Amino acid sequence: MNLPFRIDDYGLIGDGRSAALVSRGGSIDWLCWPRFDSAAVFAAVLDPDKGGTFRVASATPSRVTRRYLEGTNVLCTSFASRTGTLRVTDFMPVSSEEAKKTALFAEHEIVRIIECEAGEVDVEIAFAPRPGYARRRASLRAHPTLGVRLEQGRDLYTLRSDAPLELRDSGTAVARFSLRAGERRHACLTYDRDGPAVLPPIAPRCQEALERTLAFWRAWTARSTYDGPYRDAIERSVLALKLLSFAPSGAIVAAPTTSLPERVGGDLNWDYRFCWLRDASLTVRALLDLGYEEDASAFTSWLLHTTRLTRPELRVLYDVYGELPKGEHELSHLAGYGGSRPVRTRNAATQQLQLDVYGEVIDAVAHLVRRGARLDGETQEMLRDFGAYVFENWRSPDQGIWEPRDAPVHHTHSRVLCWVALDRLRELSARGALPKIPVDRFERAWTDIRAEVEARAFNPWIQSYTQVLGGATVDAALLLMSWYGFAEPWAPRMLSTYRRVCDRLEVAPGLFYRYEESRAKKEGAFGICCFWAVEHLARGGGALSDAEQRLQQLLGYANDLGLFAEEIDPVTGEALGNFPQAFTHVGLISAALALEERRRRAGEQASVRAASGRLDTSPRVHA
Amino acid sequence: MNWGSWLVWGFAGTVVLTTLLAGSQGLGLTRMNIPYLLGTMFTPDRDRAKIYGVLVHLVNGWIFSLIYVSALHVTGLFTWWFGAAIGLVHGSFVIAAALPMMPGIHPRMASETRGPTVVRQLEPPGFLGQNYGIRTPVSVLVAHVMYGIVIGAWPATAG
Repeated sequence: MNLPFRIDDYGLIGDGRSAALVSRGGSIDWLCWPRFDSAAVFAAVLDPDKGGTFRVASATPSRVTRRYLEGTNVLCTSFASRTGTLRVTDFMPVSSEEAKKTALFAEHEIVRIIECEAGEVDVEIAFAPRPGYARRRASLRAHPTLGVRLEQGRDLYTLRSDAPLELRDSGTAVARFSLRAGERRHACLTYDRDGPAVLPPIAPRCQEALERTLAFWRAWTARSTYDGPYRDAIERSVLALKLLSFAPSGAIVAAPTTSLPERVGGDLNWDYRFCWLRDASLTVRALLDLGYEEDASAFTSWLLHTTRLTRPELRVLYDVYGELPKGEHELSHLAGYGGSRPVRTRNAATQQLQLDVYGEVIDAVAHLVRRGARLDGETQEMLRDFGAYVFENWRSPDQGIWEPRDAPVHHTHSRVLCWVALDRLRELSARGALPKIPVDRFERAWTDIRAEVEARAFNPWIQSYTQVLGGATVDAALLLMSWYGFAEPWAPRMLSTYRRVCDRLEVAPGLFYRYEESRAKKEGAFGICCFWAVEHLARGGGALSDAEQRLQQLLGYANDLGLFAEEIDPVTGEALGNFPQAFTHVGLISAALALEERRRRAGEQASVRAASGRLDTSPRVHA
Repeated sequence: MNWGSWLVWGFAGTVVLTTLLAGSQGLGLTRMNIPYLLGTMFTPDRDRAKIYGVLVHLVNGWIFSLIYVSALHVTGLFTWWFGAAIGLVHGSFVIAAALPMMPGIHPRMASETRGPTVVRQLEPPGFLGQNYGIRTPVSVLVAHVMYGIVIGAWPATAG
């Protein structure tokens, strides 16, 4: 098994339209341009031999440390060798819309600033693009002033550097040179579809781009309203979320990668470069609670705009422009991460029925309305259609939140989310934001769903809600019943459900499987489920100290940059699955915010008790 | 000369030419985006440049169609093939002379010899515009021939 890097050995850089994975070894091993779901030009993470890479690193064995520059998505990797220290600063330049009106910018760009900080270091650059997921032959051309160029149909990739690049063969350009303390070189990879392409000059422009990009990210980070004890983890999570958002439409992709395995060597390899509606409500609330109203609003606008195409039916996932990705495809020529095959592109889950997405989308809208947003006529009409669809279909079996590729069944989580859909529509109607809905009919269904869940989704033998109606197994999504307000977290049934979930799904302290079959399938612990458990405790399902301890434990499973994948190996603690995963980071933010709220309420109650204690004792003193 | 007809068919020929070049770009035959190339002479704003470029290209198309119509009148050959022949000459001039001159005219275009600077960052066209794709000359020639055919074939240009 050829595994040069673990999944959590990667960091992410991006520009709000695309993203790249940068390894601890200084190699960019995953990049899709011009957008997240385009074909990869570097895919060494899925096939180190064929996939293509762009490496800038010390040529001698080194100890590697790395970090993001504070408040930004600019990544610094330091290589400390016997002779000196090299620092590589990687980023995709970003600019404000105002800046784009006054200067030329390439459509996409990666800047790599190579500096020797101490001593003397031998540096190696290897540029080996393999466009079209390495299906197409790369034919590089070196031009004396315009750089190393790769043309593929409409696409032009240009690598320019003030280091001495030369072609080793038609598919690889290399440079090897020495730097002394204080010396600096640059490598700048640009992508353009329009001719003439924009080819920035090297040294002055790279420094200017760095300053501009640092300022952009720091201004964005400064908008966060959170200032609690988990500030660093939240800041990294929201910066990761921003990297996964597609600025032109407001969509947020689940992850920037495809086919990073849920089980190394296995076949649980999926394409996550799309937008799942089921993430909507949690994402919107997380962004709103952190003060990112514009981003939450853009995401909700994308949700509503996108779903117009299939209205009133909602699909599970859409691409960044709201199209349905057609036809899952296997890339049989790629070896897969650690031999995990097949490597898949696009996602067949598009065709599944998941009734929970209605609750997610409507709840996301309700969050915005609670913050003062107003619904236009078209959106109101759409919400009515969604309500009518839920009213007609809530009794149907579906594939549910975990997307098994089996026959539909009656999932408790889907039922609860249908209840949420009708509940929020009633709320919107009561607020006057959504007139002309059949409140009586919706209320009947709302009552019926609750009655059915309480009657058929709670198993008295195991004293727990169950994954499916009439079932005897649990899944972690049951913990969301209190999040959505279906049940109070301290209700006896929720307390006993939590105990059952811990008993059946907690695989290591703080780490939870998503469902009981995970054990047999040898999956990892599911990142967001671990945070749901924390949040359940924080919201009143357990002790504050227990929730804090669990969150602290979980934060220890992030990589050295603070990033989480979809899953965590319960034995080794390594990241599994696509990376980094928006849903996991949304869970982290939500859990930390719930803890903060609980702590605030506990503080208020303590103050009230202290104040009332003073009031109570005063008369006694005088008496 | 029928001025109304010239305006209409100069416009029609320009639309056909622009569409063919845009189609060539869409099909990956060339990366050359004429409106973007022209528009960036006036503004660095990518979106606005394309709008300006379309307008400039339209005016250019009208001016050149005047030359085409004059040539048709002078020779009396109001035929599609003579229009195509003028288009061929025109297209050859564009790829062989006009495009290579662009770095000298375009305020934001880099030169082949000096490379990009802070002010001049746009990729130069290179020999026959081949920096924008090896099939760029063919696309330009075909588009200009079609432009000539549209103007030459229209009977009213004889009016």
